[in-house]
Amino acid sequence: MHELSIAHSLVELAAEEAERLGLRRVRALYLKLGVLSGVVKEALQFSFDIVTEGTSLEGADLVIEDVPVVVYCPRCQEARTLPEPMPMRCPVCGTRTADVRQGREMELYALEGDEGDGKDAPDRRDQTERSQKERLFG
Amino acid sequence: MPRIVEIRQNVLKKNDYLARELRERFREAGVYVVNLVSSPGTGKTSLLRETLLRLGERYRVAALVGDLATENDALRLRESGADVRQITTGTVCHLEAEMIGRALEGWNLAALDFLFIENVGNLVCPASYDLGENQRVVLFSVTEGEDKPLKYPTIVNSADVAVLTKIDLAEAVEFQRDRFYEGLQEVRPGLPVLEVSVRTGEGLPAWLSHLEAGRRALPETASSR
Repeated sequence: MHELSIAHSLVELAAEEAERLGLRRVRALYLKLGVLSGVVKEALQFSFDIVTEGTSLEGADLVIEDVPVVVYCPRCQEARTLPEPMPMRCPVCGTRTADVRQGREMELYALEGDEGDGKDAPDRRDQTERSQKERLFG
Repeated sequence: MPRIVEIRQNVLKKNDYLARELRERFREAGVYVVNLVSSPGTGKTSLLRETLLRLGERYRVAALVGDLATENDALRLRESGADVRQITTGTVCHLEAEMIGRALEGWNLAALDFLFIENVGNLVCPASYDLGENQRVVLFSVTEGEDKPLKYPTIVNSADVAVLTKIDLAEAVEFQRDRFYEGLQEVRPGLPVLEVSVRTGEGLPAWLSHLEAGRRALPETASSR
């Protein structure tokens, strides 16, 4: 169970990037997670909520997109998506291949947040935050 | 206004960055680094102790050993006469590049030919963390059953070589080699496998030759010039 470590790294990276980009409030993190990344999605979601508690990312959504394994088949000379992480065989011709092109990633690919330095339009921001919370927590 | 900004950064980019720095340090020092990963009880420490003893006759060898708690493994490994440092991780189930960097403080890497890193016994988490090693070795023992590779595809997929240990017990536990190799092929076609028994010494010469060949294949370095 190293998802807690991963969640720490993710939150640290997201907070840094948000600051660099001048995002005032992060509403969602979009993560690409390869099925060969060794990370359990549910455990990461759970760890994320714990790690973000009391930080600037508290309440942000973690949106995880599963990335299937893509191998290169030397026989077909094509990249092929595997329906399951195993076996490592071309799903079309059955040739074995260890040439993994995709499916190991653990990538923060986007952040969703509010722009600005926090000085402008405070009223509207409050409203947005309220409606966001209502949307999230009913 | 809310907006979505593309980031496209590896979540473990800090570890990857530190691992790249370590790899560069190892290269400059001319030391060959091997990361050993397996379940608890596969026999990493026994194999490593024997490896340090035998390679130590001809090379300058050292080891870093990771465990949640105790210095027991380091004590065992020091019996070989090699320089050994223990990394106790507390609750962390794997080694990270940053821990390796800290453990190496004050160590003259140029005075080494081989550095072994014995990871925390765990077949899941160490897969995600590059430690700057030249080679990642995944170990399975015949006593763990034939389907271990199928159960842990991620780590097998990240390994450069597999070692099957305790082969002197294969018959006693009715280990089915065919099934083991078949499973390994499904997860990582073409992965080289070495079979060893520390007790009988079987397979050890091939394992040592494999390590020596790896070291010989290193690009020319500052220390060997």
